[in-house]
This record gives sequence, C-alpha cells and structure tokens, in this order.
Amino acid sequence: MCKRLALVGAIIGLSATAAGAQEKLKIGVIATLSGPPAVLGQQLRNGFQLAVKNLGGKLGDRDVEVVVEDDELKPDVAVNKAKALVDRTKVDFVVGPIFSNMLIAIMKPVTDAGVILISPNAGTSNFAGKECNPNFFVTSYQNDQNHEVMGKYAQDAGMKKVFLMAPNYQAGKDAIAGFKRYFKGDIADEVYVPLGQLDYSAELTKIAAASPDAIFVFLPGGMGVNFVKQFRQAGLAEKVKFLSAFTVDESTLPAQKEAAVGFFGGANWAPNLDNPQNKKFVTDYEKEYNAVPATYAFQAYDAALLIDGALKLTKGNTSDKDALRAALMKANFTSLRGPFKFNTNHYPIQDFYQVKVAQRADGKFETQIDKKVFAGYSDPYAKDCPMK
Amino acid sequence: MNRGLTASNTVSLPQDDRVGGLPAAIFLLLALVPFAAGFGPESYVLGLFTRVMVFAIAALALDFICGYGGLVSFGHAAFVGIGAYAVGILGAHGITDMLVSLPSALLASAIFAYLTGNVCLRTRSVYFIMITLAFGQMAYFIAGSLAPYGGDDGLTIRLRSTLFGFAILQNDRSFYYFVLLALLAAYLLFRAIVYSRFGRVFRGARENPTRMSTLGFDVFRFQRVGYVIAGAVGGLSGFLLANATQFVSPAFMSWQRSGELIIMILLGGLGTLHGAIIGAAAYLLIEEALGGITEQWKLIFGPLLVLIVLFARGGLLGLADKIRGRLGRA
Amino acid sequence: MSTGLVVVQILNGLQFGVLLFLIAAGLTLVFGVMDFINLAHGVQYMLGAYLAVAFYALTGNFLVALVLALAAALVFGLLLEFLIFRHLYDRDHLEQVIATFGIIIFLNQAVKTVWGAAPLTLPIPEFFSGSIVLMPGLLYPVWRLVIIGSGLAIGLLLYILVGHTRVGMLVRAGATNARMVSALGVDIHRLFMIVFGFGTMLAAFAGAMIAPILSVEPGMGDSVLILAFVVIVIGGIGSMRGAFLAALLIGLVDTLGRSFAIDILRLVMPPSPARTVGPAIASMLIYVLMALVLYFRPSGLFPARGRG
Repeated sequence: MCKRLALVGAIIGLSATAAGAQEKLKIGVIATLSGPPAVLGQQLRNGFQLAVKNLGGKLGDRDVEVVVEDDELKPDVAVNKAKALVDRTKVDFVVGPIFSNMLIAIMKPVTDAGVILISPNAGTSNFAGKECNPNFFVTSYQNDQNHEVMGKYAQDAGMKKVFLMAPNYQAGKDAIAGFKRYFKGDIADEVYVPLGQLDYSAELTKIAAASPDAIFVFLPGGMGVNFVKQFRQAGLAEKVKFLSAFTVDESTLPAQKEAAVGFFGGANWAPNLDNPQNKKFVTDYEKEYNAVPATYAFQAYDAALLIDGALKLTKGNTSDKDALRAALMKANFTSLRGPFKFNTNHYPIQDFYQVKVAQRADGKFETQIDKKVFAGYSDPYAKDCPMK
Repeated sequence: MNRGLTASNTVSLPQDDRVGGLPAAIFLLLALVPFAAGFGPESYVLGLFTRVMVFAIAALALDFICGYGGLVSFGHAAFVGIGAYAVGILGAHGITDMLVSLPSALLASAIFAYLTGNVCLRTRSVYFIMITLAFGQMAYFIAGSLAPYGGDDGLTIRLRSTLFGFAILQNDRSFYYFVLLALLAAYLLFRAIVYSRFGRVFRGARENPTRMSTLGFDVFRFQRVGYVIAGAVGGLSGFLLANATQFVSPAFMSWQRSGELIIMILLGGLGTLHGAIIGAAAYLLIEEALGGITEQWKLIFGPLLVLIVLFARGGLLGLADKIRGRLGRA
Repeated sequence: MSTGLVVVQILNGLQFGVLLFLIAAGLTLVFGVMDFINLAHGVQYMLGAYLAVAFYALTGNFLVALVLALAAALVFGLLLEFLIFRHLYDRDHLEQVIATFGIIIFLNQAVKTVWGAAPLTLPIPEFFSGSIVLMPGLLYPVWRLVIIGSGLAIGLLLYILVGHTRVGMLVRAGATNARMVSALGVDIHRLFMIVFGFGTMLAAFAGAMIAPILSVEPGMGDSVLILAFVVIVIGGIGSMRGAFLAALLIGLVDTLGRSFAIDILRLVMPPSPARTVGPAIASMLIYVLMALVLYFRPSGLFPARGRG
C-alpha cells in the first residue's frame, strides 16, 4: 500500500508542479460536529473558514477549497473520513480534530500518506514525545499545559489544600497529573466521575466536607455546565476558589452565564488579549457567527494563518514535502496570541495565562486575561522526541 | 398484546432452493468492487466497502440470534470490541501473527458470550435486551479503564495482522478479499447452521420454547450454543475492524454501536442472513452519501428510517418483495 | 467518613432517584400500558427543556414558560402519534425501536439547527431561588426540593389515575387485552392517544423542571433514556410502583457508589489501585445491579401480571 501511495503521491506531486499555482489548494477539516460536543467542532470549523475568508479565499496565493467532515466522535468513522479526505478528495492538509482520541485514530492514515496534519486543539503527550511526527503540527498546546498553568497558579498563590475532580478517562487523569506537576500542597481528595455525569450532589457534599481553599476541575462541555451551575447553587462559590481547564470557556459560558463569573481557567489566549490582529479576529467572528469565539476557533484561525505563511515561503508549492515542512516549522505568521514558535516536536512554545470569567459591557460573557503564568513555555515531552 | 420481543412473524424462512440467487449476486458484486474501485479513488472505495463487510459480519451474527433465535441483543458491539481489543492488546506486545490473534479474538468473544449468556438467557424479551445492554456497558467501561492499552483514548495498531510473518493484509486489495472471504465463511456457516437439526431447534425455541422443552430439548443449552457462536463471529468482525481502522477504542462497544447493528439487520430484513449484509451496506452507504450532501444529513436520515418502518415491512428485502409482487400483478 | 456525611449522601441518592423517576414515569406508562417501546421519550424530554428555554426567553416567566412548553410538547407529541406512532402499535417491538430511533436522530439534529449546538440554560425561578443549609458549608437549593416534590406528586397522581379512576381502569384493561376492551365498545385508539399524550407531557415536564440545574443541549436525552430504561426494567415493566422503587434504588446505589467506592476498596487493597478501580466500578455499578436483579428475578422486581 505504501509503495502505491508513494507512487500516487509522486504523480500528484508532478501534476501539481506542472499545473503550478493554478490548481486549487484542498484542505480537509475534521471536527466533531454531532452530539453534545458539536459546539466545539463548529468553533473550529468557523475559525478556520473565517481565516480563509479574511485572507480573500486564498492561502499562500492559491485558491482554497475547504472540505469539512464530521468525525461523529467515533474513532472508526474518523479514520474512514480521514482516508476519504486523503484518498478521494486528495487534500494537501488535514486540519483537526477536537478530541485526543480522534487525533490518535487519524494520525496514521493521514501522516502515512504524506499529508500534513495540523491539530488546532488536541495535543497528546505521545505525539509530543517519542512518537512525534514530521508531518504533524500543533497550533494549540500540549494537553497537559492548561492544567499545569492552574497547578502553578495554586502553588504560587500559596494555597494549602485543593480538591481535584475530572472525568474518569485518560484526558481526565492527564489533567490531574498536569496540575499536580506544579502544585505541591495538600490534595484534599482526587475524584474521578463517570463521563457525562449529570448530577453532582454527591461530589458537592464531599467538597463541602473537605472545605478546601480551592477546587481544580476539568469537566469539558455539558459536564462543566452542570457542575458550574450546581456548584454555584450549593453556595460553594463564595467559599472555595474555582480553578479549571476547559470547563469555563466561551463554548460553555452562554449556558453558565452569571454562575461562572469570577471562576478561573488556564489558557493560552482569551478574547480580550490585547493585540490588533486578535481584536480584529474577535470582532469579525462575533459579527459572522453571533457568538464569542473560544480557543478552538482561534487555534483553527491560526492553523489557516500557519498554512498561508508557509505557502508564501514555498511559493504555493506543496509537492516538495521537505521544503513544506521546513516552511511550516518557521511559523511565518503573526499569531492571534502574539509570540509563537514551534519546538522541535512541532508543538508551540508560547505564553500561558490564568484567565477569569467576566461579563462584558454588552452583556455577553467571556474569559479575560488575569495574569501571565508561563512565558515562552514548552512542554516537557519534547526532549523525548527524536526530531531535531 | 404480549408479543414479546421476537422477530417479525411475517418473515418466513426462505426455501432452501430459492436462497441461491440474491446472496450469490451480492457476493459477486462485492467481489467485483475492487475492479470498479481501480477507476476511482481506490483505497477510499476499498476502505469503505471493507468497512461495509466488517459490519456485515457482525450484523450476520446478530441476525442469526435475533432473526432466527428471537434473542435481541443490545450488547452485540461488545463482542466486536472484545475481538478488536484482542488484536490491539496482542499487537501492543508485539504479537501480530493472525495464527495467534485471530483465534484469540474468536475465543475471547466466545468466552464473554458464554459467561454472559449464562445470565442473559434466563431472561426474555425486553429484559433480555436490557441485560445484554448491561453487559455491553460493563465491557465498555472495562475497556475504558485499561490504562496500559490507551484507556479511553484507544490504541493504535501499527501493523495489520501477519501470517507466518508475512504482511499479507498490508495491501488494501488483498485485505479486501480477506474480509470478503471471512464474510462468505460467516454466511455459509450460519446458513448451514440454520438448516441443520440444531438450527431447527434454535428457531423452534423462538417460536415456542415450551413446545421445544416438551419435545425434550434443553432450550437453554441450544440458545447458549447459538449465542456463543454469534459472539465468536462478532469477535471475527472485531478482528477485522481492528485491522481495517488500525485502531481500537472503547467506542467500538458503546451502546450506540449496538443500536446501529440492530438497525442494520432490521433495515435489510430480519431473519434472512443476506438481509443483514444488505442492511449493513445500506446503512453505511446511505450515511456516507447523505454525509457528502449536507452537514445536516441526519435531518434526512432520521425520517428515512421512520419511512422504511412505516412502508417497508420486513426491511429493504420486504420492500423488494412487495414491489415484485405489485409488478407481478400488473 | 462521618455519619453526617453518610446521611447527606443518602439524601443525595434519594433525590437523584426521584429525578430519575420523574424521567422514567412517562416511559413506563407508555411502555407498560401500550406495550410500546418509545425510544423517543428521551428526545421528548430534551424538547421539553428546549421549549421551556425558548418560552422563557419570550415571556420571562418560568411558570408561563412551563405551561406553554407543556402545551407545545403535547401538540407535537400528538402530531407524532397521528403521523407515526399509531401505525406502530400493533407492530413488533423491533420496528418500534427503529422508527423511534429515527425520531431521535432527527430531533437531535433539529434542535441543533434551530437553537444551535451550544448548551443553553434556564434560570431557577425567582420565587424558588433560595436555599437551605444542608450541612456546614453546603447549601441545598429550594428548587431541588421542588423537583423532589413534583416527582413525588407525579408518582401519586399516576397511582391514583391508573389505579383508581375509570380511565385508569380502561387503560389497565386495554393493556391486558386491547381487543377485548375494543369489543366492549371502548375506543381503544383514543385511549392510547390520551395515554401517549400524557406520557409526552410527563417527559416534557421532566425536561423543563430539570433544565435549571442541568445543561440544555442536543443529545441530552440519550444518556437519560438509557438510565430510564434501566429503572423501568429493574422495577418490572408496567409497574409504576416498581419504577418508583427502582429509581430510588438506582439513585442510592449510584450516588453511594460514587461517594464511597474508593474508601471501601481501600479497606481491601492499597490506595493507588483503589483509585483506579474505584471509579470504574462506580460507573458500572448500576449495570451490575441490573444484571444481578435480572439474574435472580428475570422479570424485574415487581413484574406486572400477565407479562413475561
């Protein structure tokens, strides 16, 4: 199979060079667009499409065709869709997905085919370390980092006792591990709840009984909405500091509203980050989609900028993969987050902030930069990556 | 009112002599797919139809216990998942030879079927559905807690299974024919069973368990054997699914997946075996086609299912029969 | 593990149980009386929540929104009944499953198209926004008491309606032998329509009542549907009493499992594996419970007569 694909690739490559910049650049976007997490996938897709639109429908001076696929949060469907993009649509880049387990599933079919995979969200530790891949780039973060931000913050703020909670799956365990990497105080308790839990009465009772200085939770999507509402209703918000990652962000705030105000999160960006390119992005996004963008949207926007910048360096050529990878590695674009460069493992080196939920003057809710926690921060797995 | 949860009574067993035509056509078409695929995006088309056949194998097994045995399992995906995990776990330890992994997959699923069957088969109708769901969910949660094998994230399989060290499945086309052979084998196996003495008792137990008991058959044991066979074939499907996606994940055994398998056999036409193949193909191809048209494809797909139930009793095969009947009369 | 904590957790378990009963009540009614597997019960619950949010946005009054949502849900339910469900009453269970599954797929996508994929919320009605002190540092929202109260009221209402009224008698008779009741001059189709409409409203009511404490999102009915099925199967299909007790049992087992599984496992194994195994066991607990119950009582705890 590999041989044949290589052959096919070579033929496509030749024809692409022959046709020059006339041929359309094809980009596949894979995101979860069904089920409860669909809102995250929509943010990703919207962010990417907005960038393409703002760049005049061209990336690196080539007309762009974006093909969007829904992975349905089923790994085998994701693999199937990834193969369709690579083999049927013959895309030059695949951008996606949202979830780590989808990333692990599509990694092989996309990168084995010599197609560049850019993750605008999921950044697992295995691909940051030993299994790092020359065809794989990340515009978001390594998954542990937002949790580390919170751990560092809790440690620096001198908190004595923290209560930890996450769903009982791999990302949940990574979250807790990430937090504990920097927080050295007492752990009141470490609770893993079933994925998709609705009612948190039992856990809230435990928290009240432990009376910690703060809680750190990683409860993405609807779980976070349920927990934040119930946490506020139980009157714990006044007594216990709320630290979190992926629990209070612009994808969940429309449902959490006042209940989340004053809660903290760890992030590499917030809508109010003060630079001109970000201001324009947030304004455009809100105008186009009538919602405040979350990190998923901004990281996908950056992914488009990354492609654009790299293709400008290669003069629109995508067939010379070595040149293309080298161009991508240069990160030839102005990120919405400000300083950005790639580490040897193709994961970003960037700043991280503690963000805080606030209500804006127009009544909408967003996270806002509270404090920079890490500057030029890279992940610890990069040292295991054989790429230099 | 007490219909119980058995297959539609209108679906009768096809006569042995008329079975030949349609199934033969199906297998012939499937055998020709790779030639047609050569004209288009080959690996994509092969991948899609490989997927269809892998699900068809699982659907066949489900149709056997459900359509003939009246045992509606809502946990059938667990067998598929267990088979897939057998490949994944052995692969993680460097064992890729199918002489080991294939029997392991079949055996693991069969053992799970035997153990859970002992409990499940004590119940009837809706209770059977729910207890199989319960065991399916348990398998799902256990797979999700296998931290050394990726936990909830799943596990990548580096290489497809080998035979005596030869990577005979690495080529998409040969893998396709391997799956086709497996499907054919599963189909012939179930056909042979259905028409055997064992099959007659198994079917009889669906229609009237009391009569079967009175005739001196140990209904429970017959059903358990049938359930274990279906489990093992589910494991075969899992073995192939793991090789097709080169990835295993607890999501393979979620209850939604079990539900999809039920939909597939109903869509094709229950209790016909080849209907399961048609159903799996129809379900996956409709999904693929609609998904290509619009992101909102579920707005079309949902009503389509309803319409099929309302107007095509006995699934697509039933619909075909009806149309043939109309034409015949005209 | 103090006694006070255990007591509070038991209370939490009971309240989760009542919550489950609220969702399962309509399902067991339709299933038990009409022998109809309505997988769409979960999406009807979701629709109730969405309608309540929509009408609240229009009117700004929870009670008005609730009434309007119930009315709209009823109209929609009857429309479904007229177009689809009544053609399925005398069909196989499996055909009912596939048709109602189609409705799930459609409605999950439809609410996303209409209201967007982002989760929505409904504030707790002003009048009930207070809370009581449950234990030091922990408040208990009055709204949860209202939910418990309405769950109990629904249980009582169903008990009286089905057990002690003329309509209830017909319903029970219809469930046992529809043809006979029909022959006696009762319009069985109208009867079923009434039951189905009532079931729809119960689902929508549950959705609207629970919306202030949960996130309103596409697909919110799917996991709840499975829980509700577990409840009615453990209780014994068709038994209102069984469903009620099973809901409480599951609420208790699930909550106590989540609260104390790790602590209990620590008694028999080292802390680190206990932390890994505990949550996995807690997730599975209700399914283990269901398997156990069905092993010893293959027709649930309170099998209704004339059913197997």
